[in-house]
Amino acid sequence: MSGASNASDRLWMYATMVKSRHFEALIKPAYFEGKSPVFNMAKGPLPGEMHLSDGQEPCAVGVCAHLRPGDTVTATHRPHHVAIAKGVDLGAMAAEIFGKASGLSGGRGGHMHLFDARVNFACSGIIAQGLGPAVGAALASKLRGDDTVAIAFLGEGAANQGAFHEALNLASVWKVPAVFVIEDNAYGISVSKRDCTAVERNADRAAAYAMPGHFVAGNDADAVHAIAGAAIARARRGEGPSLIEIETCRLEGHFMGDAEGYRPEGEVQRLKASDPIPAYRARLLTDGFEAADLDRAETDARAAVDAAFAFARAAAYPDPEEAFAHVFA
Amino acid sequence: MSSPDTATAVRPARRLTIARAIAEAIGQEMERDPDVLVMGEDIAKLGGVFGTTTGLLDRFGPERVRDTPISETAFIGAAVGLAAAGMRPVVELMFVDFFGVCMDAIYNLAAKQSYFSGGQVTCPMVLMTSVGGGYGDAGQHSQALYATFGHLPGLKVVIPSNAHDAKGLMLAAIRDPNPVIFMYHKALQGMGWLGTVQRSITDAPEGDYVVPLGKAKCVREGEDITVVSLGLSVHQALDAAGRLANEDVSVEVIDLISIAPLDRETVRASVRRTGRLLVVDDDYLSYGVGAEIIASVCEASIPLLVPPQRIAFPDIPVPFTPVMEHFVLPNADKVTAAVRQMMRISN
Repeated sequence: MSGASNASDRLWMYATMVKSRHFEALIKPAYFEGKSPVFNMAKGPLPGEMHLSDGQEPCAVGVCAHLRPGDTVTATHRPHHVAIAKGVDLGAMAAEIFGKASGLSGGRGGHMHLFDARVNFACSGIIAQGLGPAVGAALASKLRGDDTVAIAFLGEGAANQGAFHEALNLASVWKVPAVFVIEDNAYGISVSKRDCTAVERNADRAAAYAMPGHFVAGNDADAVHAIAGAAIARARRGEGPSLIEIETCRLEGHFMGDAEGYRPEGEVQRLKASDPIPAYRARLLTDGFEAADLDRAETDARAAVDAAFAFARAAAYPDPEEAFAHVFA
Repeated sequence: MSSPDTATAVRPARRLTIARAIAEAIGQEMERDPDVLVMGEDIAKLGGVFGTTTGLLDRFGPERVRDTPISETAFIGAAVGLAAAGMRPVVELMFVDFFGVCMDAIYNLAAKQSYFSGGQVTCPMVLMTSVGGGYGDAGQHSQALYATFGHLPGLKVVIPSNAHDAKGLMLAAIRDPNPVIFMYHKALQGMGWLGTVQRSITDAPEGDYVVPLGKAKCVREGEDITVVSLGLSVHQALDAAGRLANEDVSVEVIDLISIAPLDRETVRASVRRTGRLLVVDDDYLSYGVGAEIIASVCEASIPLLVPPQRIAFPDIPVPFTPVMEHFVLPNADKVTAAVRQMMRISN
C-alpha cells in the first residue's frame, strides 16, 4: 500500500500524527492536576470529560491530507486528532480546552465543541450529529458549483444511530460531495462492536444507500490515504458520496479516568505493541526516508504543540460576564 | 415620496391568508437572495401541507425547492450545515408534534452553533411548523409546544396571528442570523379543509416590509384588564373583548407575536395601566407561556388589583373526540368568563 501516497504527504502525515499524540501527551498530566488523589471531574485546569484519540491518528491524517481549508470537516466528541489534521489553530484549540478567553470560542465550548471557521471545522458531543451538517455543507458546495467536499467523521457506534442512516440516504439521493468516515475503534464507551452491531463491517451498509463502501484494515495511514483520496476525488468530480470504515484502535479508555474493566486481558498491551505511529516511522525508514528528516519533523511538531500549551496556560480566563455573549448572533 | 398615509390610500388592499403570506414572503426573499432555499416534506410539488410553499417549485426549480425524505434528523441537520456554510435554508417540518425525532439537530446543533463557536459560525435558518388542535386530529398532531421551544436558549420563536404579520415575520426570520422557529396555527392558516378565523385573513403589502422579531403588539386598547395572547388565542381574546365592551368592560389585548425573545416591557406597561392580567395560551398549562408572563409582571413589582390568571390547555394529551377536545381547549367563552370573574362581575 505504501506506494500510494507521495513523499511530502507521507512526511506530513507522520509529523501530524506525532503532533496529535504529543498534544494528548500534554493533556494527560494537565488533566490530572488538582484532581489527585481523588478523581473529581470538575477540578483542575482541564475540567469536564476528556476523550483522547491516541491510536486513531491514521484515520485523521489519511483523510485530511487530501483536504483544503475550504473543505468542511465535522468530527465527534473525540476530536483532537481530526482537528489538528484539518489545521485548526493549535494555540486557540489548546486555550479552548483550558477554558481561556483566547480559546476558539472563548471557553464556551470546551474540548467536545471545537469550532474553527477559518478551516471549516466543527465537532459535536452528540453521537452521529455531525453527519447532517456535513450533508448540508456538501449541498451548499453543490448548489454553489464549487469543488469543495464535506467529511463527517463518526465512531463505529454511531453507525447504529438513526442520524447515520438518514444522512447517508439523503446524501446519496441528493448526490452531494460528502464522505462519511467511520473510525472503528471497536468500542462504544464500554460496549464492544460485536455486542451491538448486526453486521461485521459497517462499510457493507453503504450498499443500502447505493454508495461505495470501503473497509481499510490495519490502522494504516497510507492505506487510509489511498482510499480516502479516491473517495474525495470522486466527490469533487460530482459523482456523489462514499462511506469509508477504518479499522483503528483506542489506546486509552473512553474518557480519562476510565478503569477499562471491559477490556479483555492483554488487549491494551497488544494494541500498544502495534501502535501505528512507531510502526509508520519504521516503514518510512524502510522506504528510504532519512532518520534526520523524520527527527526534525518530530521536533518541529512537538515544539508547535509545546508552544500552543504554553500559550494556553499563560492565557487569561474570560470575564465571567462573557457567558452572556454569542447566545444569538 | 408619498407619506405612509397617502401610500395606504392609493394602494388597493389585498386580503391574504397566512399560508399565502408565508409563501409570498419566502418567494420574495428567494428572488432577492440566491442563498435562500426551501426544503422539507411535501413542500415542492404539493406546495406544503399547509400551503406555505405554494408555487415556489415552479418559480425556483427543484434545486432550491427540495422535497426531502421523511428524515427529519438528516434534513434539519443539513440545514444547520447549510447555514454554517453561509446559506439561508427555510425548512418545514409540518407538525410540531414531529419534532421529537430531530431534537438533537434543533437544540444541540442549531441553537448552540453561535455560542459554541464563540460567534464564529452563525445559524441563519428558519424552521417552520404548524401548531394547534381543534379539528379532531388527537394528541400527536394537535399540540402547540410553544414553551418547549421558547425554553431553549439560542432559538427565536415566533407565532403570527394574521397574514400581515406572517409575511413581515417571515421576511425578518429569513434575514435573521439565528435559528428561528416559525410556528403557524392551523386554525388561522386559511386552508379550506381546515376552516379559518376570518380575522387572520388581512391586508398585506405586496412590497418588502418586516415585522420585527421579539416585539409584541397591542391589538386592542383598553383600560380595565390586559389579556395577553398569541396565535389563535389573540382572536379568542379579541372576540371576548368585543362582547365585554357591551358590558362596559374595557379589555386591552396584547399579541405577543414572539415568545423568544419575549417583549416583557410591552406586557408590563399595559398591566401597569390596567392592574389586571389574564394570559390565554393553547399550549399546556404548567411551566408555560402563562407562567412566564405572570412571573415577568410579578418580578417587576407591578401592583395588581386581583391575582393574575391564566387560561391554557390542561396538562393532558390532546383527546380525539370533539366533545372532549373542545371542552379543554381555550375559547372566547372561557376568556369572557375569566374576565368577568376578575372584574367581579357575576356571570
